[in-house]
Amino acid sequence: MNWNWDVVADFMPRFWDGVLVTLQALVLGSLLAFSLGLVWAIAQRSKVKLIRWPVVGITEFIRNTPLLVQLFFLFYVVPEWGPSMSPLVTGVIGLGLHYSTYTAEVYRAGIDGVPVGQWEAATALSLPRTRTWTAVILPQAIRRVIPALGNYVVAMLKDSPMIAVIGAFEMLGEARAFSNETFTFEAYTIVGVAFIVIAYPASLLIRAMERRLVK
Amino acid sequence: MTWPLFTEWFLPGVWITVQVTLGSAALALLVSFVIGIARSSRLWIVRFAAGCYFEVFRGTSALVFMLWMAFAFPLMFGWVFVPMAAGVVALGLTYGAYGSEIVRGALQSVPAAQREAGIALSFTRAQRLRRIELPQAWPEMVPPFNNLLIELLKGTALVSVISVADMTFAANLSRLASNESAPAYTLLLVAYFVLAFVLTRGMRLVERRAKAGVGQRPEPRRGLRAARKTNPKADAQSAGGVG
Amino acid sequence: MSSDTPNPAETPQDKPRTPEGKPDVPEALAHVNPRVDGSELIRFDRVTKRFGDHVVLDDLEFTVASGKHVTLIGPSGSGKTTILRLLMTLLKPDEGTITVGGRYLTHEERNGKLVPAGEKHIREVRKNIGMVFQQFNLFPNMRVLRNITEAPVHVLGLSKEEAEERARELLELVGLTEHVDKYPTQLSGGQQQRVAIARALAMRPQVLLLDEVTSALDPELVAGVLDVLRDIAHTTDITMLCVTHEMNFARDISDDVLMFNEGRVIESGSPEKMFNDPDHPRTREFLSAVL
Repeated sequence: MNWNWDVVADFMPRFWDGVLVTLQALVLGSLLAFSLGLVWAIAQRSKVKLIRWPVVGITEFIRNTPLLVQLFFLFYVVPEWGPSMSPLVTGVIGLGLHYSTYTAEVYRAGIDGVPVGQWEAATALSLPRTRTWTAVILPQAIRRVIPALGNYVVAMLKDSPMIAVIGAFEMLGEARAFSNETFTFEAYTIVGVAFIVIAYPASLLIRAMERRLVK
Repeated sequence: MTWPLFTEWFLPGVWITVQVTLGSAALALLVSFVIGIARSSRLWIVRFAAGCYFEVFRGTSALVFMLWMAFAFPLMFGWVFVPMAAGVVALGLTYGAYGSEIVRGALQSVPAAQREAGIALSFTRAQRLRRIELPQAWPEMVPPFNNLLIELLKGTALVSVISVADMTFAANLSRLASNESAPAYTLLLVAYFVLAFVLTRGMRLVERRAKAGVGQRPEPRRGLRAARKTNPKADAQSAGGVG
Repeated sequence: MSSDTPNPAETPQDKPRTPEGKPDVPEALAHVNPRVDGSELIRFDRVTKRFGDHVVLDDLEFTVASGKHVTLIGPSGSGKTTILRLLMTLLKPDEGTITVGGRYLTHEERNGKLVPAGEKHIREVRKNIGMVFQQFNLFPNMRVLRNITEAPVHVLGLSKEEAEERARELLELVGLTEHVDKYPTQLSGGQQQRVAIARALAMRPQVLLLDEVTSALDPELVAGVLDVLRDIAHTTDITMLCVTHEMNFARDISDDVLMFNEGRVIESGSPEKMFNDPDHPRTREFLSAVL
């Protein structure tokens, strides 16, 4: 093995650019996944079949097909009849949409975990439906689901390199471009280690949250 | 997608996807059990080594690892993988780490009283593991293994990036060839969905047999909507730790 | 306490204990414990066991002669179950030693010094001890027959046929012949407990430990289990160590009753004496509360 630190030094500026893009995709993708997932979760509990069934169908379909292919679809197919989006925007939408189908399940479990007595108490007090959700159910549900959501953020982090395939220059995209230009291997290795180095403290953090929030 | 492209690339691609799925599932299953059992070992050094494996590979991005295997590994060590082997190894090693958490958790869920009954009958540690703990833990493992298998199936699409001619590769080829991508990618998504459905059905059968093997009745379920739709990739994040 | 070891000569006459005098021994029990000679089988020598700051057993000494049926009574938390779990090596003593049949249970002599025993030694000594648990602890992944044959085949090295024959005899003894092919979850608690008794006996142990074997059962199922145990107690010389709250049962099967309080044996004697005319005020208090 002939590891070359000069190559590493050459790569580092582009590595940091990539980290920035990865973090952008991760933060925006997470926000999208969190909010869209909540919409799915509430819609799946709707009493109206016309709302419930399509939502269940769509989320099942998205969850059971590869994110990579969904990214291709968003990037190449959607512009044929819809808006053209930059690789990063496509990536954020793809990550957010894909993971929203998982966060929906997390919310669902959290909502199911709120004791039936809470719904009954809200009914007994004649609280309007929106008030029951926002003041009684969700505050209790969200607390329990935060660590689980955190787990999906880490999972999303590790799937984020896929957006390199549609041309977003996050960490892997930078490494791939750099390695192809220079015929070197150090960049891939650095990015691979970087993911492990980021993911490890992240999971420690989630574990700590789990201990504090889920009693 | 044109007809020749469909018959010469897409259909063989489906077969490649199935092969990669089954191959990496077999490797992942092996890793799951070896690492999962080692993480429950009474020897700290074994626990520590297995814990390190788990920490490293659950933090690893499968795609990055796959590209590293395909492009960096040959340059570093002068040994080239066939692209499909690189894909199978990368998927098997990373998903095996998630699977080890399933095995460890299921072993831990076997009541301590069962271990004690085994001791009272003078079984050795290995006998207890093989005859009492693993058979009882197995039905617990099947539903999360099903979820992991679906994740793995989806993960196989990544091999197209290192030029393995799976069905995603065929759809990309179609886009490049015809400049018309909607039919190809729609077909591709449906194909993955159908494969996921078939795998889930198969795993449901495994689950029923596993539960019958401990005198339990499986709870009825419908289609792809499993009772617990968690993602073992995510569940493994907050789990365990080294040692 | 060791001075209270019952002398085999004092065995009550209503329960014949010599092989010749035994009333019709069931086939399945014919082989149980042929080595009974009334000599010391179990010895607790200054055993102390703590859980954190809580002392469960305090410098405990007692012995059990082979062939005796000994019942441990006392308030909950007095350390009765801990004794059984120590004998089964589910727990290790903090101080003191336990010997079974003259061999150290959790210690080995090496270069004249007593050191904690290795797994192999422990297993070897432990093979002489069987246990029936409060919660049965049958293996849910095995049918009734295999629950009983598994250990004889894989621990004692019996052939499958031998083990199955032994198992069927024992199932007949406990009255469950028609349930051989069921899974434990398909049986009632009482039936499960009888399978567990058969499973323990299939190992032909010298000592049978019974840990509150009826506490987890619905009241109407208790009698069936106790009947089986009575049969075994009255027709065999297997040594029994029994923790129970069924005082009538204890009176019926015991040669000796040990009263525990705060980790020590405060009184012991024949069931007649212990239940009718105990000396210790604590024993009187306890018995008036439970009888």
